[in-house]
Amino acid sequence: MPFIPHTEEELRQMLDVIGVDSIEQLFDEIPAKLRCGELQGLGSGLWEQDITRLMQDKAREDGQPLCFIGAGAYDHHIPAAVWQLASRGEYYTAYTPYQAEASQGTLQLLYEYQSMMTELMDMDVSNASLYDGASALAEAVLMAVRANRKSRSRHILVPASLHPHYRATVRTLVKNQGIELVEIPYDRSTGQTDLQALAQHTGQDLAALVVPQPNFFGVLEDVDVLTEWARANGALSIAVVNPLAMAVLHPPGEWGEQGADICCGDGQPLGAPLSSGGPYFGFLCSKQTLVRQMPGRIIGRTVDLDGKEGFALTLQAREQHIRRSKATSNICTNQGLMVTAATIHMSLMGADGLASTASRCHSNLQLLVEKLTSLGEIEPLFSGPVFHETVLRLPLEPRRVLRTLAAHNILGGYDLAGHYPELGNALLVCATENRNQDDIDKYRLKMEQVLASRRQGACATMAKFDRE
Amino acid sequence: MSNIPENLKYAESHEWVHDEGDGTVTVGISDHAQELLGDLVFVELPETGAQLKAGDESAVVESVKAASDVYSPVDGEVIETNELLADSPEVINEAPYDNWIFKLKLSNPVQLDELLDAAAYASLVKAEED
Repeated sequence: MPFIPHTEEELRQMLDVIGVDSIEQLFDEIPAKLRCGELQGLGSGLWEQDITRLMQDKAREDGQPLCFIGAGAYDHHIPAAVWQLASRGEYYTAYTPYQAEASQGTLQLLYEYQSMMTELMDMDVSNASLYDGASALAEAVLMAVRANRKSRSRHILVPASLHPHYRATVRTLVKNQGIELVEIPYDRSTGQTDLQALAQHTGQDLAALVVPQPNFFGVLEDVDVLTEWARANGALSIAVVNPLAMAVLHPPGEWGEQGADICCGDGQPLGAPLSSGGPYFGFLCSKQTLVRQMPGRIIGRTVDLDGKEGFALTLQAREQHIRRSKATSNICTNQGLMVTAATIHMSLMGADGLASTASRCHSNLQLLVEKLTSLGEIEPLFSGPVFHETVLRLPLEPRRVLRTLAAHNILGGYDLAGHYPELGNALLVCATENRNQDDIDKYRLKMEQVLASRRQGACATMAKFDRE
Repeated sequence: MSNIPENLKYAESHEWVHDEGDGTVTVGISDHAQELLGDLVFVELPETGAQLKAGDESAVVESVKAASDVYSPVDGEVIETNELLADSPEVINEAPYDNWIFKLKLSNPVQLDELLDAAAYASLVKAEED
């Protein structure tokens, strides 16, 4: 996308037309005390040659480590064609265009995206995407509170096994709207949502139950039981799922007797690179009956006056440009470019390709767990079934292990000590289809060395290391 | 000029009220309101049993171009909603005075006297149209 700077003369002309002396003057209405002034510590700019060198050096510092971290963002193979096509000029924008119907290609792509997502999730409708998984869940919670008119409580049950960042984001977005998030603990042996703890809420007035699949520990929840429990208690069920896992697991539309009511999640596994944490995109699907409470844009297929197929924004009457403060949501944009990539990714992979990728992730994780537990001092912490991620109990603090592994260019997993200190030496590890046998053998070997050096505790240098 | 039946009362926010004479009223939207909205595609009905105050948002009528609130003209409890509207919202366009939205059990019957009669509502509509 070209950057088109203005000349000093053009700026002067524009200011003259609107009768303003300087650009600075345009900001006069912001009180001086609220303005940050000149940014500190910024240089005056670099030559292209210098900035290229700087960026290359920065990129090199990141290295190309072997990644065994999941925890919400996953290192998957992305076919080269995905971004070759997504970065074509016709698609290269982050937005649903303002003159939407003039961009039939973009609308058709979004329509295809919605069709693919509803098929993958087995839901009736999908919107054209949201910002990311965590904010999509917040929108799903708000949607559930609006849609569940039988409930007056605005109470939402949220499992502690849900991604901690998702819980924090939802809390931020709904706490000032009178919505109460009630945490449901997990079973310490299975890693699944504790059904006995859930049962204590039986008969209460609840707006919705959040059901993660897989949950943050990588463990598969008993989604049929949870979805049915919600229905029996007059609560809507909100599925939070890894979209790739849905290629091999029962999708939300099949949960329980009637399926989940709303489903959402992060679309990153569908063609978005890890890229230091983003941008990714959020998806949101629901039953047809809830479509009028769905936030964001929805593209419909229609015919024009001549009977020719065309695509148009639909159900706009509740959006903020029409309904103002009473709009369904203040979300009006999405991660269009990421969705473009995801749509191309899904169409290249096909249902079989996604299923085979998901299966390879699962078998690679099994291999990783087998190799690491064969060392004798490492064991799975939970007994529940897993997808491509699981929690291991280590004989020493994960942060120490991770530091040593990182020195050998291995990102060994996600340390759960911060969010789940009660789990002790717990490490969340992931293996995608991108990790091959050699990678896993390398991880096992380095882990073995870390454990062996710890056993040689009598060594003077190790004693010094332990004291720090 | 839109149709404004003599036997009904009206709210300034374009709802009509029919006094059933037994402490209940039937509420819909006026011909003028349905004209302004255009083709209705959805009506969100209130919950039976809901306690409404005059001026409360009670239902939403949605056309292809706008979604508008229907306000309760008086205080009362929702005793019935028109389920026909769930599948056929367009009947309001076809016959706005035959196709009501909800019925209320009045909790403050004197409020009926504060509503507009047909003549007063007609001049309100005329003023809007001018």
